[in-house]
Amino acid sequence: MQLTVWTYEGPPHVGAMRIATAMRGIHYVLHAPQGDTYADLLFTMIERRDERPPVSYTTFQARDLGTDTAQLFKRAAQEAYERFRPQALLVGASCTAELLQDDPGGLAKALDLPVPVIPLELPAYQRKENWGAAETFYRLTRALLGPGRPTPEAKVRHDPPRCNLLGPAALGFRHRDDTTEITALLNRMGIEVHVTAPAGASPADLQRIPEADFNVVLYPEIAGSTAQYLERCFGMPFTREQPIGILGTQAFIREVAALAQVPAEPALTGSPARSAWYSRSVDSNYLTGKRVFIFADATHAVAAARMARDELGFTVVGLGTYAREQAREVREAARLYGLEALITDDYLEVEKHIAATQPELVLGTQMERHIAKRLRIPCAVISAPAHVQDYPARYSPQMGFEGANVLFDTWVHPLMMGLEEHLLTMFSEDREFHNEAAPSHLPAAARAPAQAPAPAEARDAGARCWSSEAEQELQKVPFFVRGKARRNTERFAQERGLALITLETLYDAKAHYSH
Amino acid sequence: MSAPQVAGALPGPDSPSVARSGRGQREVFCGLTSIVWLHRKIQDAFFLVVGSRTCAHLIQSAAGVMIFAEPRFATAIIEDRDLAGLADANDELDRVVGRLLERRPDIRLLFLVGSCPSEVIKLDLGRAAARLSQAFAPRVRVLNYSGSGIETTFTEGEDACLAALVAELPEAAPAARSLLVVGTLADVVEDQLRRLFAELGIGPVCFLPSRDAADLPPVGAGTVFLLAQPFSTATARALEERGARKLAAPFPLGAEGTTLWLQAAATAFGVDPMHFNRVVAPARARASAALAPYRTQLAGKRVFFFPDSHLEVPLARLLSRELGMQLLEVGTPQLNRQHMASELALLPAGASVREGGDVEEQLDRCRTLRPDLTVCGLGLANPLEAEGLTSKWSIELVFTPIQGYEQAGDLARLFARPLERQMRLRC
Ligand code: SF4
Ligand code: SF4
Repeated sequence: MQLTVWTYEGPPHVGAMRIATAMRGIHYVLHAPQGDTYADLLFTMIERRDERPPVSYTTFQARDLGTDTAQLFKRAAQEAYERFRPQALLVGASCTAELLQDDPGGLAKALDLPVPVIPLELPAYQRKENWGAAETFYRLTRALLGPGRPTPEAKVRHDPPRCNLLGPAALGFRHRDDTTEITALLNRMGIEVHVTAPAGASPADLQRIPEADFNVVLYPEIAGSTAQYLERCFGMPFTREQPIGILGTQAFIREVAALAQVPAEPALTGSPARSAWYSRSVDSNYLTGKRVFIFADATHAVAAARMARDELGFTVVGLGTYAREQAREVREAARLYGLEALITDDYLEVEKHIAATQPELVLGTQMERHIAKRLRIPCAVISAPAHVQDYPARYSPQMGFEGANVLFDTWVHPLMMGLEEHLLTMFSEDREFHNEAAPSHLPAAARAPAQAPAPAEARDAGARCWSSEAEQELQKVPFFVRGKARRNTERFAQERGLALITLETLYDAKAHYSH
Repeated sequence: MSAPQVAGALPGPDSPSVARSGRGQREVFCGLTSIVWLHRKIQDAFFLVVGSRTCAHLIQSAAGVMIFAEPRFATAIIEDRDLAGLADANDELDRVVGRLLERRPDIRLLFLVGSCPSEVIKLDLGRAAARLSQAFAPRVRVLNYSGSGIETTFTEGEDACLAALVAELPEAAPAARSLLVVGTLADVVEDQLRRLFAELGIGPVCFLPSRDAADLPPVGAGTVFLLAQPFSTATARALEERGARKLAAPFPLGAEGTTLWLQAAATAFGVDPMHFNRVVAPARARASAALAPYRTQLAGKRVFFFPDSHLEVPLARLLSRELGMQLLEVGTPQLNRQHMASELALLPAGASVREGGDVEEQLDRCRTLRPDLTVCGLGLANPLEAEGLTSKWSIELVFTPIQGYEQAGDLARLFARPLERQMRLRC
């Protein structure tokens, strides 16, 4: 048993729902108790979809157990077929039904429906949402395409070259806008997007996937296993680079150009990303060396770290993911920054690390947003799990050159603007710039004292005794750098074996660390 | 508004029709959802769900943006090794509880909350609670109840929790007369009601659940109780088994409902009717005045309830009698005919109350009837809006203080606002 306060991922059948909901012409019959229907609200409330997910639940009750839950499933599947007339039916069980061992796949086959029925085996006590999404997409594609071409013939190259865009799903973080952005980028390169899936695709569209020359994989968490299958059985190569940040996008363009045998230069030169210039402009000087903590799904974590260091000049002080399936990639990336990756899905563990690292900016999921709020650290959300405000009305991709602009804005916005920071330092004794002053564009809540003190571990680690004079002086330091000042001074005192931190120690430490 | 003398009456011949319908999909939360408000009310209690990742995800999704701190609920997620017998589920549970209590020394009362998976694998949480209670006595008491979706619907989770608490209530002296109010109320509502009871001369008055788990109200043959929430079936039964007597009344929603509800207590405590009227008159007048503008907005509008919170029948009564709305269909997950008798008697003749049901058929009926306002769960609200059907999501009705005189206007506004918004928007 695992003690869990907040979870980063739902159960695997929610992943299956993300595929079914993204597509057209699919229906999913889920053997599950009534409470599991909560999952509908993820799509209708958080993502604000205007349709119910195409899912029917059997909603068996205690009194059905041991009598006719299998019968119940058959009826639900039959009725769902008749009512919704899907082109393909997914069937499976949630955690509770898995224990009943009713075999939804076998029961649905026995109904002899005139459409493909794809059974999903998603072990709810081992696996999680992203895995469930990937497995569903793979099973579905495989069921519709079959084992592949026995003898892969020499591939017909299309002119213009054609690719598929694989990965965008329901409840994905900015998947809709990324799809638009990358489709436009590919079109500018003279490449046609043949099928985009799962988002917007029908079962018939999935059957057209092998007609393209190669696959672009936007979210390996979701489309990785499908892309591998398509490579293995249909000889379709696929992309590995993620077009996030300017550097990421450039690498992606080069990779795609090679696969499509088109020149990369036109797309590379004249890049419309303003973020590179903004980052060089003098106002961005204050971003130099900002300590950033990154925790997200693997794709976004690895890409954010690169962009943070190489495109914004930040210092990456923490890098991790909740996705154990992709732990290896994140560990490798962390080594580039001299860090050990934090691989955990324990929210409290993440909080402990952030508190101990005391970063100046957190890039994370909606969970880290809450952690950062408690610790009063600026934060931007860069990955699922996300909340309703992370599905903005405006166009806001994370990928491609426009994505780089969006990321620049959203990461820099929570920080003080350069000028403002200087003013605060200069006028730190003025009443308007008192210690509790926060950036004026942040909600008032951010100015309230933190609801809970930092976890004991974080404080005890370097806690030294402060003279009241030194403590008072520390309070004059603006709050957003106060943690850093305290930490540095305490480390300074510890290294010198000073039991008491005086005013002198404070300024000695300041001098010591300010080069 | 005249207060009819019908408290406790059984439905007569021209009472509303009650149908039990459909065996199809039930689009409702399970009882675990109640933890979202119970943990905020009982401030030194912790709720540990013994369940799956689905259970953890449900509570988190229902709690929405409330992730501000380390909450007083969590899930012990059953894993493959527990199922395969590689780990003894009871040992695992003991280990998890040990870790939890070490982390949270502030916890005095721990609920082990059963889920569908824990019930299907027949994990005996009753025995586990007894064992852990002994191990952590006297610092922590450990109780258990089921919030599973195969046993409970949404607000029934609260009922199961309170029923478990009843067994813990101290025995009142046989002759001691007292009033117990049953069902979670916001603190502000509780305080208003306390003041009213005090002015009426009714006392001592206790509330279940109390804010502080250590402060459990005594119960005995002299206890009479009023249900503040319509879903407290098992709790009422448990209290009756302890000798307490239930006062029949409608629920304290709206000016009329609150008056009848208070009146039931006043009658039981022999309060002089003149005195009663004097005491409640100001607040009751305030409530009626607060409702009046909403009546102008809502009168004649047609409302359709999907089954969800168990609050549907009393809400329908309020909407029809005090706000003049027309009831198209009043769906409710289960109807306790006995507890609901006073409410059903107040519904207009011919109102259609439907118990349970198939969400697809409900949607069909709703689309055919095209109500002015549809009260439904979170999964249905936006899709209905997209079809041009104005909706009110019902979970707000259990998170918002709506009971009592001073909240009557707030309650009416919850129904009026979607319609007002509809009128304001031009594109
Ligand atoms: S319905 Fe059952 S399995 Fe689903 S969340 Fe509720 S208790 Fe857990
Ligand atoms: S409040 Fe205005 S000046 Fe301050 S950071 Fe925001 S935009 Fe800049």
